[in-house]
Amino acid sequence: MKLTLHVWRQKNAQDRGRMFRYEVPGVNEHMSFLEMLDVLNERLIEKGEDPIAFDHDCREGICGMCGMMINGKAHGGFKGTTVCQLHMRHFKDGDELYLEPWRAAAFPVIKDLAVNRSSFDRIIAAGGFISVPTGSAPDGNAIPVRKLDADLAMDAAACIGCGACVAACPNSAAALFVGAKISHLAHLPQGQPERDRRALAMIRQMNREGFANCSNIGECEAACPKEIKLEVIAQSNADYIKAAFTERPETAIGGAG
Amino acid sequence: MELTSNAPAGPIEKSWETHKFGLKLVNPANKRKHKIIVVGSGLAGGAAAASLGELGYNVHCFCFQDSPRRAHSIAAQGGINAAKNYHNDGDSVYRLFYDTVKGGDFRSREANVYRLAQVSVNIIDQCVAQGVPFAREYGGLLDNRSFGGAQVSRTFYARGQTGQQLLLGAYQALERQIGLGAVKMYPRTEMLDVIVSDGKARGIVTRSLTDGKVDVHFGDAVVLATGGYGNVYYLSTNAKGCNATAIWRAYKRGALLANPCYTQIHPTCIPVAGDYQSKLTLMSESLRNDGRIWVPQQPGDKRNPASIPEGERDYYLERRYPSFGNLVPRDIASRAAKAECDAGHGVGPTGLGVYLDFSDAIKRLGKHKIAERYGNLFEMYDRITGENPYEVPMRIYPAIHYTMGGLWVDYNLMSTIPGLFVLGEANFSDHGANRLGASALMQGLADGYFIIPYTIGNYLANTKSETYSEDAPAAKDAVANVTAITQKLLNANGKRTVDSYHRELGKIVWEYCGMARNAAGLKKAIGMIDELREDFWKNVRVLGANEEFNQSLEKAGRVADFFELGELMCLDALNRNESCGGHFREEYQTPEGEALRDDANFSYVAAWGFQGQGRPPSLTKEPLAFNYVKPSQRSYK
Amino acid sequence: MSATANLPLDELRFWETSVGKKAVMAVTGVLLFGFVIAHLLGNLQIFESPEKINHYAETLRSVPVLLWGARITLLISVCLHIWASFALWRLQRAARPIPYVKKSNTHSTYASRTMMWSGPIVLAFVIYHLLHFTFGVVHPGGPFDKHNVYNNVVYGFQFWPVSLFYIVAMIMLCYHLYHGLWSMFQTLGFSHPVYTPWLQRLAKVAAILIAAGNISIPVAVLAGFIKPV
Repeated sequence: MKLTLHVWRQKNAQDRGRMFRYEVPGVNEHMSFLEMLDVLNERLIEKGEDPIAFDHDCREGICGMCGMMINGKAHGGFKGTTVCQLHMRHFKDGDELYLEPWRAAAFPVIKDLAVNRSSFDRIIAAGGFISVPTGSAPDGNAIPVRKLDADLAMDAAACIGCGACVAACPNSAAALFVGAKISHLAHLPQGQPERDRRALAMIRQMNREGFANCSNIGECEAACPKEIKLEVIAQSNADYIKAAFTERPETAIGGAG
Repeated sequence: MELTSNAPAGPIEKSWETHKFGLKLVNPANKRKHKIIVVGSGLAGGAAAASLGELGYNVHCFCFQDSPRRAHSIAAQGGINAAKNYHNDGDSVYRLFYDTVKGGDFRSREANVYRLAQVSVNIIDQCVAQGVPFAREYGGLLDNRSFGGAQVSRTFYARGQTGQQLLLGAYQALERQIGLGAVKMYPRTEMLDVIVSDGKARGIVTRSLTDGKVDVHFGDAVVLATGGYGNVYYLSTNAKGCNATAIWRAYKRGALLANPCYTQIHPTCIPVAGDYQSKLTLMSESLRNDGRIWVPQQPGDKRNPASIPEGERDYYLERRYPSFGNLVPRDIASRAAKAECDAGHGVGPTGLGVYLDFSDAIKRLGKHKIAERYGNLFEMYDRITGENPYEVPMRIYPAIHYTMGGLWVDYNLMSTIPGLFVLGEANFSDHGANRLGASALMQGLADGYFIIPYTIGNYLANTKSETYSEDAPAAKDAVANVTAITQKLLNANGKRTVDSYHRELGKIVWEYCGMARNAAGLKKAIGMIDELREDFWKNVRVLGANEEFNQSLEKAGRVADFFELGELMCLDALNRNESCGGHFREEYQTPEGEALRDDANFSYVAAWGFQGQGRPPSLTKEPLAFNYVKPSQRSYK
Repeated sequence: MSATANLPLDELRFWETSVGKKAVMAVTGVLLFGFVIAHLLGNLQIFESPEKINHYAETLRSVPVLLWGARITLLISVCLHIWASFALWRLQRAARPIPYVKKSNTHSTYASRTMMWSGPIVLAFVIYHLLHFTFGVVHPGGPFDKHNVYNNVVYGFQFWPVSLFYIVAMIMLCYHLYHGLWSMFQTLGFSHPVYTPWLQRLAKVAAILIAAGNISIPVAVLAGFIKPV
């Protein structure tokens, strides 16, 4: 099949960038979307043109590195599918596709379709963890975990941090990403001691990174390749509100003993 | 050169404990003064960086991806082994040790494997405490399954995403240390050389992948946890970015590389669909628990699988291995599939595939039960191939999945360059010639959480800390080397793309140094690789400049190293005149076509040393002694 | 020093975060929703008799504490609701400085994506509504008599452009309430795989009933069911 692509080209973070048009003949329906771009890039290199930069790594839908908007839909908009697992059989001859990078102030473009998502790492660094120094853990079976809680924690923990939720959100909110981590750890007994601190720290960091608010629209849930539910946002809201209203100054007094 | 493993003598049950007590400690007040460089942020690197940061060292961690959470450990599906014996089914540290040595076809170091089995139990505890959502039973306790043909239930799992969850646990611990300022993270930064001064590893040279800036990072020790080299084959289940550059450049600075010919082929991958194929997708081995593998009896039978009657199907694994059937170990299942396809029984458009059929299981258990067990895998298969495995049998074919070889390390995980430590898949250590399922995650985390924090302290306590400037000759030399390689790639200005070379290299290595090897083929491959490499340096086209986000340049540097490593793999395979584990030499097989080991002559680790460009590498042997598990012929009949 | 000591949480007060602002919107939204219901129930008395609604209006005025208490609460709620929405709107603008060339929103409701439109329209309506019926300063169509609420309403709605504006505004209010009503639970932290879909349905029904109830009055006037006395 033959496709027409309109691709956002931007040399670097400083460049203004604009859409370029490419004709891609000879697309095989068994190719993945990224393989189609590989083929286009090979042709561009042979012609002496700069290949299109896009992030990708595992190409099996789990590392979260790939992602772009295809016709205004994150990862192309197919249920539970990252762009690396999207196959060309979903498209037909003559289709025109618009490829754009994730758009958010907190995800500045590095080049073409590749963006910088370090803001997500900083949100995790702020509180998305359980403090457990190596070697200090009790036996794995010491604390039973209700199966339902383990399953709900796993549902939320499936997040791959790709950023599709931010990209799809009309507000550029990171609520689904943040909610997924808060919900994952809030469902486990191991996550309880730091539950309040975590919610406060992560949500404050989320704000500092320049992500806007959630307005319960649901585009993120639809775009999420791991099908994480809006429910995690409610959970993180609840945790944050509770933590914010019960927060008190720390009582520990410093000094040597 | 003599290789000493530094594994303690005495009873193996006590060796790690005794060894740990003998290790020197670093004064807590001095830890901050020691800078440790960790390259790679997967299970091994991420766990090491987090643990060392917690201890108080000044850790600098590097990864080529945009975030440490992307490392390819994330893609492991099945699970992680631990000798917890929660199921009262007779598991023990000793049994896990025994199984791993045997599974590795008696080509691993016993003391290392024993220690791995010992710390496996701590890993599970650590991960549970970090919030890894392992599968639970209704009573709230951890669930286990048996995996990869093991006779006991010792595999812990988190749905089909165990690797992801374990990695996120390590990643979160690492991010915590980053937030606390104990670890400095350098994402999108690739290590391109090791600085070796006075015979010790003193730092690395990196290139920023976003703007091409080349930097020198000094450290008191360098830890490489950069994964395996499966991408030599171009098509593998590895991530596109997985590369051998870090270990290869360390090799060129004097670290020995051990057993590069030990590569693991995974039997259940989705077959190649066309020339444009960029990677292979693995389907979890657990599918073989319920799926039956077959091919048509008639070679070249192109009928629709449903219309091939039962009598005209060959369930070749069940026929050849009646006791293990479809659950034979990976290497055996893979070779059997290749043999069937070579004999013309292969299915699918390319003839390189066999059926993995669930129709019997669906009849017996119901579609619902199968969906409950494998729903996510069936969906993934459908997504990729457009075929519904509930209705038509899956097509599978073996693919490169893991590399057991890697940089040689002693019991302390230190390479032959003092101060250069190697963890996880990047080292050659614990799996011998074949890795068992659910053991890679175990090894990566064991190295990172529970071994390196002890052994690196001993090295640092015994080594004088020195300050260096960028003008140090070793640093200048390394920078010059990195710049020269980049310039050479950019200046070649030829006609062919990097990928086209990589694809061709992969085909050669797969053909001659893949599932089955022979002397003539390996010699031929060495010649072909040599020729292709020469052409590469003359005729490759890398556009753009160094000072920008240049993905072709990144790839070109990695492929350049794959050429050399591919050649060494063939050389090692040629040297090893026996068949063992993932290394199958056609000349050395039993009359039934099984691997034939030669313990008298090849019970050693083959460690190769760089002797200069264009000169044959040196071979140093570390003899292997088996005092506990007596070598025997593996039999799965 | 041990590196495992935790960093102190830095200060960002509750309402300074986006979640805090949304909570402010949700809580004020609840109050405003309560008012809309009460207001509708009061207004529907117009269908009973002129005396009934005039008496109801008189009763409200006879307890100034309650009336002013309610008015002040509502005023504060409206201000906070608007302040929060405006602050969030600015945040959203800043969060995506470069828009998409193509963006497809397929899974969200029209109501949810147009809160920033339906809100200001409803606000404009409220201002006009106050000038129209509370202060009587913009009251085309007939004389304004503070003590005859019934006639004010009927004269007011007999002027069809005003009725049309009211009807349009009520449709906007319907959208606004539909999303706002269930979304409030989500914002304040309640979500459940079984109950949330029911809440959404309930919100839809409530929003439609409220709008229909309000719209029935101008329609009845225009259709001549209700005449001035």
